Amino acid sequence: MENEKANAVKTRQLKVALVGKPNCGKSTLFNVLTGLHQRTGNFPGVTVDKKTGTAHLRGMNGSTTDVTYIDLPGTYSLYPKSPDEKVAFDILTNPDNPDHPDAVILVADATNLKRCLFITTQVIDLGIPCVLALNMMDELEKSGQRIDTLTLALRLGIPVAEISAREKTGIGKLENFIAGGLAAPSVHVLQPATLLGENAALLRAHFPEKKEYALLLAGHDVVSKNNPPELAAALAAKNFNTQRLQSEESLLRHAWIGQLLLECSGAKAAASRTTQRIDRVLTHPVFGYLIFVSLLLVMFQAVFTLAQYPMDWIEQGFVMLGEWLRTVLPQSGWSDLLVDGVLAGVSGVAVFIPQIAFLFAFIALLEDTGYMARVSFIMDKLMRRFGLNGRSVIPLIGGMACAVPAIMSARTIPNWKERLITIMITPLMSCSARLPVYTLLISLVVPDTPVLGFITWQGIAFMGLYLLGFVMALLVAIILKYFVKVRERSFFIMELPIYRLPQWRTVLITISDKIKVFLFDAGKIIIGISIVLWILAAHAPGNAFEVIEKKYATELAAGNPEAEARVASEKLEASYAGRLGKFIEPAIAPLGYDWKIGISLITSFAAREVFVGTMATIYGAGNESEIQPIRERMRNETDAVTGKKVYTRATGFSLLIFYAFALQCMSTIAVVKRETRGWKWPIIQFVYMSGIAYFASLLVYQLMK
Amino acid sequence: MKPEYTTLDKLLPGESAIIDSLTDDLTSLRLLDMGCIPGEPVFFEKRAPLGDPIAIMVSGSLLSLRLAEAATIRVKQTAA
Repeated sequence: MENEKANAVKTRQLKVALVGKPNCGKSTLFNVLTGLHQRTGNFPGVTVDKKTGTAHLRGMNGSTTDVTYIDLPGTYSLYPKSPDEKVAFDILTNPDNPDHPDAVILVADATNLKRCLFITTQVIDLGIPCVLALNMMDELEKSGQRIDTLTLALRLGIPVAEISAREKTGIGKLENFIAGGLAAPSVHVLQPATLLGENAALLRAHFPEKKEYALLLAGHDVVSKNNPPELAAALAAKNFNTQRLQSEESLLRHAWIGQLLLECSGAKAAASRTTQRIDRVLTHPVFGYLIFVSLLLVMFQAVFTLAQYPMDWIEQGFVMLGEWLRTVLPQSGWSDLLVDGVLAGVSGVAVFIPQIAFLFAFIALLEDTGYMARVSFIMDKLMRRFGLNGRSVIPLIGGMACAVPAIMSARTIPNWKERLITIMITPLMSCSARLPVYTLLISLVVPDTPVLGFITWQGIAFMGLYLLGFVMALLVAIILKYFVKVRERSFFIMELPIYRLPQWRTVLITISDKIKVFLFDAGKIIIGISIVLWILAAHAPGNAFEVIEKKYATELAAGNPEAEARVASEKLEASYAGRLGKFIEPAIAPLGYDWKIGISLITSFAAREVFVGTMATIYGAGNESEIQPIRERMRNETDAVTGKKVYTRATGFSLLIFYAFALQCMSTIAVVKRETRGWKWPIIQFVYMSGIAYFASLLVYQLMK
Repeated sequence: MKPEYTTLDKLLPGESAIIDSLTDDLTSLRLLDMGCIPGEPVFFEKRAPLGDPIAIMVSGSLLSLRLAEAATIRVKQTAA
């Protein structure tokens, strides 16, 4: 007991939450405070990204503090309107929540203090120890404005640290406040008793331990959840009207904030001239749309061409590694499994890291600079025709990277119908997992000849597939618009943040995060399936393999290479994997696929990027003698019966179309189930996407063959 | 001089006014959250290329909202 106490004095454990409105630099500050010691998880029960990080602080008196920082979702107020805001609300107001913080850093944008102080005064009234981090002080000084931080601290009753998260100034002072121990605020901004009237006594009887403002919030919670029903009914009888009370509270707080700002800052915030000038171009009736489309075109071409160099290095590296392993390892089934199963699977994954990094970098840049909000602004009216919202653009573009986070980002759409339609069509946007499949197939069937300057036919085919996904998404949206019947108001009230230069650090952290997820999450599935597949391809029921070997015994003994190839391919056909492919061949033959492609289709339903790894494993199992890049193996693949090339233009395009439309991703199905709270919508989504994929590929193959 | 009352959607780009009141309960909570507070000056920045939504400057930030939402904001224009 004594020991524990002594330790507690030496190193304190502290949970500190970062709270603030969107675009106030909260995430930048979080990155500065935690560096690379951070991890992304989920808040229990919901799919809101939970970012936590740790830091070790040394106080001025020699004491040390281990701080766990939690980056809460950005929120304008403590009236939760979206699932993200609800997470922040629950954590801050419920002391029993495992993430309930010991202290809060309130992050405010000094150049727009008025908007940031609302949530600040609410948290102060909750009585949680806190400190105000006045961010972007450098920008404030540049614009020639001033804030009297002493008055601000006195009136708010909490310490104030002037910082710039981007310039990393004032961070030490902020950490000193935290390490020194924060006290509960000494001020109450709002007197809830006057708002609550007679209801105060009712609530007090039910929540004896809650402080005044928490009591008012508890009242809202009781009424909105109708739990406990008898208290909700009693409150309703005494005219407890959530909307009216929230309006009144807002007005009182804003009046208080207005007075405070008069005291501590003279000048009024002016619009950023730079932002106005940039907006004149980017939201221009003609140039606005032109720039948007050109940006996308440049993005795709860059992903395709720039990423090619590092991809070639990785591919060659794996080929060399495989050859080297073949020479040093003894000839056995285990080395075959290692080289043809595991290594082929790993290289199939690793080779796409450059493309995924480029794509996520582009999308992070568009978000970080504030451009994405402008795209929503110029697209809202168009999107409304399709039953969507201007904000649907963000999930749809995000869907080009990965449908899973994109579907989660659809939460910013307040209207359920618009949100549901956005969720239903987002997986039609070509995601980065389709990149490997597209890249491989396009390089097989589309010539690499230039069309216009640096743009090639391959680049156009690539862009075409993305456009195709987008057009199909809009068509489906129109149809869904008539089937989804929800009467709910649609809103488009959104802040257009001022333009800022991108934060390279933030972009880099995003990229490394996404690559880690891709390598470990998708990689696990891919390698697992590669191994299972290799085993299925290397074994056959009964003595099928021996029968084949006996059949060609004399030719094999003579060392006839043609016979060796025949044996290998007949073995694959007789294997478990081959039987599986043969079983579905009748269904896919009209699309131009043979049973080998059939095996890939089956494995791809776990995750579409498995296609390439599967191809590598299948062709590796068939051709043990030579190691060459998978693309070459597929190019040389011929039909055993007719002797014709398997990957003709018709088959290639048919496959491309299939992968463009089919929902082959377990994670997407799981996230749609969570976001729509049930199996109904993910099942509908799976069925409609598979249907479109099958019939569109059928059409393409029959027309082109 | 008598102030003229109108709604925000009726203003022209470049005009400014003072927010008088919010007329729709449901929309008002969102608008208050985003800084559209009675008594606050508001500046009509511009329309989106297709005429709707619009961008306004209020409480120090640029806000985008649809015409239907702007119609719930009553403003007073002091005839200069």
